[in-house]
Amino acid sequence: MAGGVVEKSTSNTSTYAGLGVFMMLPAWAIIGFFLVLPVATMLIYSFLTKEFRGGVIWEFSLAAYDQFFFDRGLFGDDPARIEWTYILIFWRSIWQAGMATFFCLLVGFPTAWFIATRTGANKSVWLFLITIPYWVNLLIRTISMKFLIRDTGPLNEWLMASGLISDPIHIINTNFAVQLGLFYSYLPFMVLPIYASVERYNLAFSEAAADLYATQWTTLRLVILPAVKPGIIAGCILVFVPSMGAFLAPDLLGGAKNFMIGSLIEEQFKGNAGNWPFGAAVSMILLSMVLIVLTFYARQQGKEGAH
Amino acid sequence: MKNYLKLGASALALTLAASAVHADGKLSIYHWFEYIPQEVLDKFSAEHGVEVTMDTFDSNEAMLASLKAGKLGSYDVAVPGDYMVEIMAGEGMLDTFEPSELSNFGNIQAQWMDVSFDPGRKSSIPYQWGSTSFSVNRDVYSGDINTTDIIFNPPAELSGKINVLDSQGEVMALASMHLGIPQCSSDRDQLKALNALLQSAKPHWASFGSDTAKDVLVSGDVAVGMIWNGFSAKAREEGANVEYAFPKQGYVVWMDNVVLLKDAPNRDNALKFMNFLLEPENAAAITNYAQYTAGVDGVTAHLTDAVKNAPELNPPAGASGQFIMACSQEVQAVYDKIWTDLKK
Repeated sequence: MAGGVVEKSTSNTSTYAGLGVFMMLPAWAIIGFFLVLPVATMLIYSFLTKEFRGGVIWEFSLAAYDQFFFDRGLFGDDPARIEWTYILIFWRSIWQAGMATFFCLLVGFPTAWFIATRTGANKSVWLFLITIPYWVNLLIRTISMKFLIRDTGPLNEWLMASGLISDPIHIINTNFAVQLGLFYSYLPFMVLPIYASVERYNLAFSEAAADLYATQWTTLRLVILPAVKPGIIAGCILVFVPSMGAFLAPDLLGGAKNFMIGSLIEEQFKGNAGNWPFGAAVSMILLSMVLIVLTFYARQQGKEGAH
Repeated sequence: MKNYLKLGASALALTLAASAVHADGKLSIYHWFEYIPQEVLDKFSAEHGVEVTMDTFDSNEAMLASLKAGKLGSYDVAVPGDYMVEIMAGEGMLDTFEPSELSNFGNIQAQWMDVSFDPGRKSSIPYQWGSTSFSVNRDVYSGDINTTDIIFNPPAELSGKINVLDSQGEVMALASMHLGIPQCSSDRDQLKALNALLQSAKPHWASFGSDTAKDVLVSGDVAVGMIWNGFSAKAREEGANVEYAFPKQGYVVWMDNVVLLKDAPNRDNALKFMNFLLEPENAAAITNYAQYTAGVDGVTAHLTDAVKNAPELNPPAGASGQFIMACSQEVQAVYDKIWTDLKK
């Protein structure tokens, strides 16, 4: 059996010998055009001089990064101090994205487990139901959420009609509403990867653990979680990263009162600020942070692979 | 084989001919959202045999950014606000035309001919004009609303129920009028006062939103909303008991203009379209839809009574508005800082 495999791979090698470089071309073209070019443009723009009312002047400048890290007062001529404004905006985004990830995991894991342990057609139906809302554009779903939770919306009307509350619960334009929007927007990104992991998990392991007198909690902690960990980590990344850059939920549900990173960047291009290098610099800082987290994850995975 | 070749060649020739005719009859518009009725576009298409395509934007600044990022040369006309016409002209984004190229040029109202942002109307024609202030839900508040205190120093029953436009220019202009300082002032004490005013007003505000300005008033999410006069009229028609204010400290006046863009792919059709919009009947159709005011003579006869008598379109005597000014680079830098601090 093993010999057969080796033979086959040898014949493959000779068939495509010398073509390797050309076979790689489509992949390189895609990476070059969709990844390297845009990111390189951003990187270069972040080091250029800003042109008044948008655009750039082709002169090297560190002004964008200086603006991010140093505060020189309202008129720009005070002695430089540390600028807390943007750090605060980043911290708010990380906090919101972290909470959204936590709640998605809390709800997503049992959901994924439930679906993966259904049988036959049932499983497909549940998966199908999870994906249905995502056939609709995110903007429309966010606005619908706004309709649901507003002071005069169906949720409050129903609660008041049922006598549970006498005054509407004020949800719209709060941080909680932003949180709800992020949670709702990205929940399936948590459910689907965990589902894929759980589906490959052999339930006999849980039974074996029970036979060996493990409590349910111990089984979850020492048997199930390690087995489905790749799915959980993938889900967390897929929720956390887009939540960090989200601007629809903060704008529409949070009332745009506080910048998150996404809306701060948008303002540099679409608002009065017209400061393209600064927008590019904030994007680069965000990108670097995400890369650090992902590199850390990849290293962890690599270490585990080595064991 | 030869036959196929022939067939192919004639098909190719046909396609080329067809596309040549097509290219003759195209017009590409870059316009605000919800600002022109489809019937008006259809009418122009039918009258001139021109295929019209339209993209929309939601702020002057967004339009400028998009044109700067490489869209200039793909649109024929755009519809910037007053101060933005001046900025675009300064950036070299506008083409000019001679009055003789538009047979309806004489229909432009005298007061809108020699405007500061395009003296003599060399690149633009009036589209609609109106004002920006705020509307108050009369079920919630019955006191005097014709003061900017409603936004910047509101009575207790309105605090926390205010939406302001998510637009730096309009908020800064109204705040300057509230303080009685000139727009784009470079005086440091005045700028500090402006900053302090916005910081002290923000706790009273529920949200920032421009494209949601009408919706939040109609739904009752807020009781006060900064808004454009035509949008307020629409909110009233949709059943909200709102009254539009003409504050004694002043309010923002604006005029949107159709401009001929530089490198327009269909310059002739662009001029035909501009001429078409100066026809009183067509200008009136847009006014009836958008509920602002046309800058064209002879429109009144074609207006619906609802629009003619709308309180939002008829400022009381003594109220006065100001155009938004385009600030210098130094002042704009301070404005940006104030705005970021406000929303951090």
